[in-house]
Amino acid sequence: MNIYDLTIHELKDKIAAGELTPAEIKKAYAARINDVEDRVKSYITVTDELADQGLAEYEKKKDELLAGIPIAVKDNMSTDGIKTSCASKMLENYKPPYDATAVEKLSEAGAVIMGKTNMDEFAMGSSTENSAFFNTHNPWNLNHAPGGSSGGSAAAVAAGECAAALGSDTGGSIRQPAAYCGVVGLKPTYGMVSRYGLVAFASSLDQIGPITKDVEDSAIMMNVIAGHDPKDSTSIEGKKEDYTEYLKEDVSGMKIGIPEEYFNLDFDKEVKDSVMSAVEKLKDAGAEVETVHMTDASYALAAYYVIAPAEASSNLARYDGVRYGLRSEHASDVSEMFTNTRHEGFGDEVKRRIMIGTYALSSGYYDAYYLKAQKVRTLIKDDFDRIFNDFDLIITPTAPTTAIELGSKSDPLEMYYTDIFTVPINIAGVPAMSVPCGFDSNQMPIGLQLIGPHFGEGKIIQAAYTLEKLLNIKDKRAEL
Amino acid sequence: MSTKYETVIGLEVHVQLNTDSKIFCGCSTEFGKEPNENTCPVCLGLPGTLPVLNKKAVDYAIMAGLALNCDIAEYSKFDRKNYFYPDLPKAYQISQFDLPVAEAGKIEIETDEGIFNIGVTRVHLEEDAGKLIHEGSIDKSKGSLVDYNRTGVPLIEIVSEPDMRTPAQARAYLTELKMIMEYLDISDCNMEEGSLRCDANVSLRPVGQEEFGTKAELKNMNSFSAVEKGLEYEVKRQREILEEGGEVVQETRTWDESLNKTISMRGKEEAHDYRYFPEPDLVPLEIDEAWKEEMRKEIPELPREKYKRFIAELGLPEYDAGVLTGDKDMAVFFEEVLKDYDDPKNLSNWMMGEFLRLLNENNHSPFDSGVTPLNLARMLKLIDEDVISGKIAKEVFEKMYNSGSNPETIVEEEGLKQISDEDELENIVDGIIEANPDAVEDVQNGKDRAIGFLVGQVMKETRGKANPGLVNQMLRDKLMD
Repeated sequence: MNIYDLTIHELKDKIAAGELTPAEIKKAYAARINDVEDRVKSYITVTDELADQGLAEYEKKKDELLAGIPIAVKDNMSTDGIKTSCASKMLENYKPPYDATAVEKLSEAGAVIMGKTNMDEFAMGSSTENSAFFNTHNPWNLNHAPGGSSGGSAAAVAAGECAAALGSDTGGSIRQPAAYCGVVGLKPTYGMVSRYGLVAFASSLDQIGPITKDVEDSAIMMNVIAGHDPKDSTSIEGKKEDYTEYLKEDVSGMKIGIPEEYFNLDFDKEVKDSVMSAVEKLKDAGAEVETVHMTDASYALAAYYVIAPAEASSNLARYDGVRYGLRSEHASDVSEMFTNTRHEGFGDEVKRRIMIGTYALSSGYYDAYYLKAQKVRTLIKDDFDRIFNDFDLIITPTAPTTAIELGSKSDPLEMYYTDIFTVPINIAGVPAMSVPCGFDSNQMPIGLQLIGPHFGEGKIIQAAYTLEKLLNIKDKRAEL
Repeated sequence: MSTKYETVIGLEVHVQLNTDSKIFCGCSTEFGKEPNENTCPVCLGLPGTLPVLNKKAVDYAIMAGLALNCDIAEYSKFDRKNYFYPDLPKAYQISQFDLPVAEAGKIEIETDEGIFNIGVTRVHLEEDAGKLIHEGSIDKSKGSLVDYNRTGVPLIEIVSEPDMRTPAQARAYLTELKMIMEYLDISDCNMEEGSLRCDANVSLRPVGQEEFGTKAELKNMNSFSAVEKGLEYEVKRQREILEEGGEVVQETRTWDESLNKTISMRGKEEAHDYRYFPEPDLVPLEIDEAWKEEMRKEIPELPREKYKRFIAELGLPEYDAGVLTGDKDMAVFFEEVLKDYDDPKNLSNWMMGEFLRLLNENNHSPFDSGVTPLNLARMLKLIDEDVISGKIAKEVFEKMYNSGSNPETIVEEEGLKQISDEDELENIVDGIIEANPDAVEDVQNGKDRAIGFLVGQVMKETRGKANPGLVNQMLRDKLMD
């Protein structure tokens, strides 16, 4: 295997064994970026200086969890003095004066930060095609999308342009691109990872999480980034664990629920077959698998597409041209400055969601839309709680299809539908991981989603680790 | 027959809390710093930042609620109030909409017309916005400057019931409210500096009608007298409209201090839909009995209670009680002195007289000067014991004020002891009698006033130290048998 194909734990083993130095590792990844970037286009900014800084600190940090390991960061997480654009013209020239907590933790853990990755603008999208700058290409087939909104991060991991990456997930934005790109993506329980420094899209749904080549790496990354942050009032105290303790091949007695309503939806047969085949393997390994009944996922999708745009309409109001970012040059007064700046700075999907969100919150409509959606949300959460009373995990496909072709979806609602399996998880605040479970007839990766109860990352990791061993496909890499 | 109209006034008061740091970040709230010096990514609303609630701001809000006789919410939360303006960095203000910290309270006020209870609808917490400075005039300037030092400073908004019926009552309410906040020591309460702001809602309705008339909202009243004048003007304006058979328009009006009138802001303002929704970045606030009790203990005797007690228990006249309790430090100082002195009225005279005069001259608060409560008590005792005369005491007091020394030391060093020794006095009195034969003759001819002149001469001779009572008696004894 090439150096750039190795996982975090494999790299660490090689460093420990004296087979590789951090400098060699960084060089290999940098070379790989040079080699494939013009085809994959994962990165908005390659941060050579920051990477070298991380490398220079290796001696001081060599006992840390990510010492010398190249990591990429989605471009909606603040990096001190380094452009954080959220893939938007609005922030094309914006350099934050502070680091996001998750980024700080990466640095403290000795990570070598390779760059800021491409995404759908302000995290709104499911294919990274909403980036204001360029498309990212799926390393498994360059004509296909990497998924979104963390498409750049997922593609970078899949293409060997970093050992692992941080993504953010509001309705599936870590898990769906992970599925499309054949890598592992974890959305932690809401509140487990600090949102301080994550440019807000939907505050009650956003979470930062790791995108990695395998499950063990995911556990390592969680050990680095999870935990209470006093700067984030919604971050939880006292729930962090050592996630590597769950790297056990053992699902005996684990009760797994298969929600009939999800599997009855209209989606790709090859995806269904692949997921069910993986479920069978878990059954053979000792898991107890049963059908369960849950609320139709489309209710969650409807609630999501009211709540998320509503919160986004408020979170994105600060982009007014006054303090930072774009300021329109075509304005003769303050009012024009506001409207022209936002007209020029935001792409269509962002505008669409701001309008929907503003409408849902407006006088006369708040009760019927936002309030109603929040009530539905409670019911969905209760639904998951009910299942988890009797079950350890729920399994569904991550996405209804494999990676879509670039430019294929012109109807926004069709694009929203690709989130059908992932959105309910954010609505309920529970954790979920996408793990590769096979390939379709076009050799495109298929992802399986493991959903756990609140703070159930451990169970997820254990089941996913076991599945990974059973399927034995984790060493397959995209050919570029 | 012309309709008699009743005035209905409600006040919305914003009080800036004097916590050390802002409500959602650790920046200093100190007034008067360089523009944008007291800022950080959080209060600037930079992308990715999040608010963290300052507990002290909640402490103060609970205290204010309790002091205003409100019910404190067991469960309270924050909401976003969304609108676009350059002084609002996040384009929303974190405030409280439907579950404020405190509700259903009241304040007792007193005007010339009597004592009234004015209802307090609610007290809630919110963050302040920044300050816009317009270069030149608003029409001609090329731009405006924004200073975000003030963004995120904690505010409590206190909304009254529409219970006030005259501008005088409104002023009394505002005065009482300010005093309460000062006694709690949770705000500087300075209208000039903006730590106390007042907007008013005023309408008229025919006497006897239950339904409220159309109200106008008044803004930009930057002093207590502006509030009173603004309301008086507005009441007159609305009455004239109604008496002519017209209709009052619901609008916002600004008080123009130079023109002494309210001016419509209609057209300059659009109706705002604030799209309130619960703040997802903050968790709800749960205020239990223990927290309430802890805050209740922090509340000192409030001005109205102290006023009544000074009258009932200390026997002070209403006027004195009013002056002394009108300023928290004055009241505290007064009570401190009384720990070592037992004539409240005499003390009150001195504090309202000499002390207040010097404080005003020097722009001091009672505890700023060199006079300590103990020293004032000691000085008053010296007068009572005839060690110094009342007149000399004024000199001593001024010296105490400037130097901080105690009265005994000053009297000793300056040789200001009253001369009460009869032999010593007699010598001087005899000398004065000898030197002023005309006056003596006047006395003996029945002109009583000439005694005063002679006493004056003795006082002059002794540089004020002679015991005037004794001198007077002595002169009478010698000259009038």
